[in-house]
Amino acid sequence: MLLSAAKERRTHDGEGLMPAYANTGAVIAVLLAIGAGQACAQVKLGAVLSVTGPASFLGDPEKKTLEMYVDDINAKGGVNGQKLQLVVYDDGADPNAARTFATRLVEEDKVVAMVGGTTTGATLAMIPVFEEAQIPLISLAGAIQIIEPVRKWVFKTPHTDKMACQKIFADLKQRNLTTIALISGTDAFGKSMRDQCVAVAPQAGISIAHEESYGPRDSDMTPQLTNIKGKPGVQAVVNPGFGQGPAIVTRNYRQLGITLPFYQSHGVASKQFIDLAGPAADGVRLPAAALLVAEKLPDNDPQKPVVVSYTDKYQQKTGQPVSTFGGHAYDGLTIFVQAVKRAGSFDNAKVRDEIEKTKNFIGTGGIVNMSPNDHLGLDLSAFRMLEIKGGDWTLVQ
Amino acid sequence: MPELLQFAFSGLTVGAVYALVALGFTLIYNSCDVINFAQGEFVMLGGMTTVFLGLAGVPLPLAACLAVVVTIAVGLALHRFAIEPARGSGAVVLIIITIGASIFLRGAAQVVFDKRFHSLPPVVGGDAIRIAGAAILPQSLVVLAGAVVILVLLWGFIERTIIGKAMVATAANELAARLVGIDTRATVGLSFAISAAIGAVAGILIAPITLTSYDIGTLLALKGFAAAMLGGIGSAVGAVVGGLLLGLLEAFAAGFVSSQYKDAVAFLIILIVLLAMPRGLFGRAPVERV
Amino acid sequence: MRALLNHRLFPALAMSAVVVLLPLVLPSAYYYRVAALVFVFALAAVGLNLLMGFAGQVSLGHAGFMGIGAYAVAIGPTHLGVPSWLAFVGGAGLSALVAFAVGRPILRLKGHYLAVATLGFGLLLAIAFSNEARFTGGPDGMAVPRLAVFGFSVRGAQVWYWITAASFLIGAVLALNLIESPSGRALRAIHDSEVAARVLGVDVARTKLAVFVVSAVYASVAGSYFALLNGHITPDVSGFLRSIELVAMVVLGGLGSVAGSLVGAALLVMLPQTLTSLHDYEHMALGLIIMSVMIFLRAGIVPTLARALRRA
Repeated sequence: MLLSAAKERRTHDGEGLMPAYANTGAVIAVLLAIGAGQACAQVKLGAVLSVTGPASFLGDPEKKTLEMYVDDINAKGGVNGQKLQLVVYDDGADPNAARTFATRLVEEDKVVAMVGGTTTGATLAMIPVFEEAQIPLISLAGAIQIIEPVRKWVFKTPHTDKMACQKIFADLKQRNLTTIALISGTDAFGKSMRDQCVAVAPQAGISIAHEESYGPRDSDMTPQLTNIKGKPGVQAVVNPGFGQGPAIVTRNYRQLGITLPFYQSHGVASKQFIDLAGPAADGVRLPAAALLVAEKLPDNDPQKPVVVSYTDKYQQKTGQPVSTFGGHAYDGLTIFVQAVKRAGSFDNAKVRDEIEKTKNFIGTGGIVNMSPNDHLGLDLSAFRMLEIKGGDWTLVQ
Repeated sequence: MPELLQFAFSGLTVGAVYALVALGFTLIYNSCDVINFAQGEFVMLGGMTTVFLGLAGVPLPLAACLAVVVTIAVGLALHRFAIEPARGSGAVVLIIITIGASIFLRGAAQVVFDKRFHSLPPVVGGDAIRIAGAAILPQSLVVLAGAVVILVLLWGFIERTIIGKAMVATAANELAARLVGIDTRATVGLSFAISAAIGAVAGILIAPITLTSYDIGTLLALKGFAAAMLGGIGSAVGAVVGGLLLGLLEAFAAGFVSSQYKDAVAFLIILIVLLAMPRGLFGRAPVERV
Repeated sequence: MRALLNHRLFPALAMSAVVVLLPLVLPSAYYYRVAALVFVFALAAVGLNLLMGFAGQVSLGHAGFMGIGAYAVAIGPTHLGVPSWLAFVGGAGLSALVAFAVGRPILRLKGHYLAVATLGFGLLLAIAFSNEARFTGGPDGMAVPRLAVFGFSVRGAQVWYWITAASFLIGAVLALNLIESPSGRALRAIHDSEVAARVLGVDVARTKLAVFVVSAVYASVAGSYFALLNGHITPDVSGFLRSIELVAMVVLGGLGSVAGSLVGAALLVMLPQTLTSLHDYEHMALGLIIMSVMIFLRAGIVPTLARALRRA
């Protein structure tokens, strides 16, 4: 069948000059036309997000949040009297596409900063572009490599996966559980966090007795969990991963009747996880930003006003439950806006310096205190340990 | 022993989905020599349409039926507007068309539905059933039973009805079929409709276990295609056996070898099987016309 | 004039003209980068076209070879202390070796079975790249050190434009020459009928393997450029979607048309950029465009238009 497929091709007769030239030329002309249409007097803020593709679970709330709040800011008169124009490109979690869009933002759209880079891979691919162009980049991705080693123009708002591991291990120690098994997704998020957990475990006094992994789009993890169940001495199980994988792992966990304490990661931080995992999620603990338990925070908690406001606004606008990923986007945007206000201008270097001087910023992720050596500004207290009870989040004291 | 059984249950559950997708591939391939890479999107449409109709207030059994109807309509549209106009093109061209169709359907699903994950309540709920130390969800049994029922219905249709025989005739020799008065265009359209229905039912049955979202189609199409080739494209029995076998291979590889490399091991074994049996397990011996 | 149009290297001449004239209209580094990406993918597409368009063998795993080339220039300098240019050549050599080893058994398969086998091969490589984090940096990928030639580090979109364009043109000329050579005729004979070719004395197995190896080298070189251009590489360079993208480029541009490979690559690299204004409808538009091109220009863009022009 396939052999007869290409009978259509021609080789002996030459190939016309016109088709090749005309086609390439036409496409370039269209590209130019669309590119030219961007000329505006507004100040542009770039955002390369993974709105579609395997990381859309993260990128979609990020996009919605940025759009919502930029509209809000513009309605109130903009920043320093100027309106912001948000330029969003969807990289589909493809670092190559992200890199191209980064160049486009810098060269074509001439953005003053970027809040974006949903995945670590995309962020790492884009960093050289922003470093070279000397434009501040506030990343929304999780891995610690983004800010360690510290790069002059690169910041980030989400907690690092290393912090998540440390928080989980601290909680384990408190419950006198020292031997664990890991079951992680082979996606970038899961793998990165797994690597951090393995690195941090010895200092935390935790030993990892067994490891399994699953593909992020797999539909059944009972073989892996069966192996974990059969391993003697395991006292708790930790699941680094994001998306729907952890929900399936959680269901399989209960299906197999495993009663050991079960920890999820901050990659599932959205009510959707509880909806999907169903009653199996009861008793599961995870480190997450205060955003998830906005209503349940004590009234004197400094984060409460910010997270309640964001939660109400997001849920009202989109009709979907709030997620910490959207929260990180809010934090990134607000840090940028406040830095611009303090700097009094949109000048790249001045804004960068002010971002670095962010102190006592109360965001959805925690209280941010940046410094020249710390371009994240969060410490372990920014993570709260949550437990799922009766289909809802509760704070573990 | 309980481990082996547990792995087997896992493999059969996942394998049943692959089997149904592979069956869809085989059906369309048999009728018009097209490898339909949009097959995975039929599965996605079945699940997602049911979920969203359910969210809109339609009672679930009705939503499921409507979802199947919608998917059949999409299958027919795919045939009428994408495959039919390209008749006579080479196989690779048709493959690219179906790939374009799958991209289109995924893009449409993104817009019409949303990008989140969704679940459906299982047909048979309750806790996992324990058999000899292994736990299997009642819904897994439903999926397996569903696959068997579909296979039996399909067999009955092909063997015992005139339309079914018309499909076989069209597959065997299109020109001859037309000469005896069979409307081959309608027959091929019918095969798309049936494939779409099978995919949709698979999607609805599997959503309670594996969750559904707008982009589950790609991976399923890939695995279903591999399963269909493993079993020998053109053979319905081969498709089902190939699907179940692929599921079992993945589960055993995850359990016994390495969970990191389970997909790799499964594919390696498929490669080895194909090298030993170049037409797949149940494929027909090649007849090359000179 | 006819002689010029029909000369076997005419497409290369035409494409050279485009390459030289294009910088006159490209306004910024962004366009140069997109153009460089087009040339990189076009190079891989030309190699795949030799395999699919001329020899008629389908490969759904060709991005795997791109991955080998890409990771070679990443791992070589980083872990093995090998200079980039040497890693570049080494990657091509490794790809050729792997293609030889894998091709021998696999090419006995025909049609869709060959497709599945190559699919599996590509997947295996992608999984290996993703899992072996110690060497490859895992799913987040690893940085690719800049190419340094005679002490000058290669940087800047314009420089890469010329490098990739030159490489592509060289690859295109080689391909065009191969097609018209006795080996090329043997290839086409195999495509038309393997049995007849064998009867005529063509060593079918060896010729198929040779073209498989050649196309693997093309893909590897393209992959190396891809990695150097981006400065960062992730396992999805050899993923299933990339392989499908390559096949689509070849078929959309025109199976058996070297200029078609450039057009197909240009289409699939530039479309996502031009469709961004459609936001949520981008993928629907992309799918529609692919389907329409295949339905209405079923021989591929370049052959169909060339035929139409010839008739006019």
